[in-house]
Amino acid sequence: MTQHNPQSTNHVLPLKVYFAVGAALFVLTAITVGVSFIQFGAFNMVIALLIAAVKATLVALFFMHLFYDNKFFGAILSISLLFVAVFIILTMYDTEKRAAIYQEKGGPIQKEAVIYQEKAP
Amino acid sequence: MNTSSESNYLNASRGWKSWLFTLDHKRIAILYFFAIMFFFFVGGVLALLIRTELLSPKQVLVGAETYNQLFTLHGAIMIFLFIIPGIPAILGNFVLPLMIGAKDVAFPRLNLASWYVYMLGSLFALYSIVTGSVDTGWTFYTPYSTTTSGSVISMTLGVFILGFSSIFTGLNFIVTIHKLRAPGMTWYKMPLFAWGAYATSVIQILATPVLGITMILLILERAFGIGIFDPAMGGDPVLYQHFFWFYSHPAVYIMILPAMGIISEVISVFSHKKIFGYKAIAFSSLGIALVSFLVWGHHMFTSGQSELAAMIFSFLTFLVGIPSGIKMFNWMATMYKGSVSLESPMLYAMSFLFLFGIGGFTGIMLGALSVDVHLHDTYFVVAHFHYVMMGGTVMGFLAGLHYWWPKMWGRMYNEAWARITAVIIFIGFNLTFFTQFILGTKGMPRRYYTYMDQYQPLHAFSSVGSYIIGLGFTIMAVYLIHSLFRGKAAVKNPWGALTLEWTTSSPPVEHNFELQPVVVDGPYDYDRIRIENDQRIYKEVKMKSETETKVGL
Repeated sequence: MTQHNPQSTNHVLPLKVYFAVGAALFVLTAITVGVSFIQFGAFNMVIALLIAAVKATLVALFFMHLFYDNKFFGAILSISLLFVAVFIILTMYDTEKRAAIYQEKGGPIQKEAVIYQEKAP
Repeated sequence: MNTSSESNYLNASRGWKSWLFTLDHKRIAILYFFAIMFFFFVGGVLALLIRTELLSPKQVLVGAETYNQLFTLHGAIMIFLFIIPGIPAILGNFVLPLMIGAKDVAFPRLNLASWYVYMLGSLFALYSIVTGSVDTGWTFYTPYSTTTSGSVISMTLGVFILGFSSIFTGLNFIVTIHKLRAPGMTWYKMPLFAWGAYATSVIQILATPVLGITMILLILERAFGIGIFDPAMGGDPVLYQHFFWFYSHPAVYIMILPAMGIISEVISVFSHKKIFGYKAIAFSSLGIALVSFLVWGHHMFTSGQSELAAMIFSFLTFLVGIPSGIKMFNWMATMYKGSVSLESPMLYAMSFLFLFGIGGFTGIMLGALSVDVHLHDTYFVVAHFHYVMMGGTVMGFLAGLHYWWPKMWGRMYNEAWARITAVIIFIGFNLTFFTQFILGTKGMPRRYYTYMDQYQPLHAFSSVGSYIIGLGFTIMAVYLIHSLFRGKAAVKNPWGALTLEWTTSSPPVEHNFELQPVVVDGPYDYDRIRIENDQRIYKEVKMKSETETKVGL
């Protein structure tokens, strides 16, 4: 077998690390709630998502031990996140950009055509 | 069934329990073989019914509504129950551990579970057929699938369950390839079928969960009207197509990549020549797997998708041509100046090259936005994907089945009949589907029950072709079943191949190898090794002296 064994010895974290990360999560939750009272317009969503991403990263890295595990697992997680991103970004290219090129598409071509008559006032 | 007195995996234990509770990857492959072949038969009969109905624009056998169910079931059964599991679950399960010199797959129980999950999923599909069936087409597009009567939920639940079977197999193969390779088998000494299976497994694991999500959303939409695909409630029916094709386009490569792996094996063995461009073929499999995730929107050019997205998807689609082309040219370069022998596996492999070539090129044509808008939903598309799926995957499957049949059963089939059948299927296939390219360019829409009289001669021609394919498969069933009972006993290495599965007995012993194999030679070193009476003969010295002589001259 040419591979090294990724099943390293069980890594035991001191309790204070868990408490520190837990505290950070609570603080970030408080910030999320606090920020929601301030109007940033569209940036409210961006800020909320950023904080959520930081929290998810903390959970994955410390509670789920990704930080101490074989880096291969981190790579696998990153790749799957990348594919989720590909799916969402390319789908949003459709849903957000419909009629971006042919804006006139939604309108009637011949306004006097029969099919539009019943809508006419 | 097996004449040799020696113990092998077929006679190591007896009774139905020894099969239904087996953890042996070879026996699980055989279980899969019978289940999948049953559904291949059902799907094939449905195809013949469809073609018979299309002999005339008027009713021949069934009414229009039954016809809609026929083509839906043909598609759904062939895709989800035959072609997706086909090569990985039957041939992959059987030969992958043997090829890399392992005793079994990494998780034998998960492997057996995958078969049971497959059977459970297929039961849901069968239940759907007897309780009203489905007439949506195999893609289950909304809004029709959420409003039509018929048993859509049980069919989509079946597809959801089948997805887990696929994920289990993929997971098993990835871990097996990473952890269980024989000593000396580095990544670059791995046979290319294993690379193909690896790339397939990556897609199975990354894409199949999205199919599960899609099916669950469809079921929720249909049962509870959650509105995610319903514009009246703020949803979007085109979103369903995004979800569906994000899985189903990569799924096309789940189908074709393992077939390409088989072709790499067969062409090298029967050309008696080292494979040309090993690394290029290996990495082009991974390249196809990667690009496959970026092109799904080309199924949706006429769906009302944004033009900008359509342009991006069209551009990305052309990228698939690069790794596919790399493979095609490498296979042809392997055959060039090789000592090609035309046994039946090679005939199927050469059919693959020819038919997949046409299927691939027409795929590029359909990937071009302007052409696709014209040809979308015509028989041109039907012909294209049958050239890729049947001309590609099924030909690869048949090549692999004939290639590994002696290893699986320890019996040789009748080679003369096998060659005749390969020719019959090749001719029948082209009569059936090349005709459909012409029908498509003349504007015949797909999935229509009736058509204008001008299309009838071509439709009839295509139907006759399908009967020839049916004849071919019938002959194949006869000689393969005959071989199980009356076939000549197979030697260890009937084709003179260099991969590890041919170093053990035919059929293999229960734990695959008598001794742990240690890999020294590459899988395609035909330039310095030949097989004589199952023994490796090294011709390195002779080669060198020949070269020296030439230099001297």
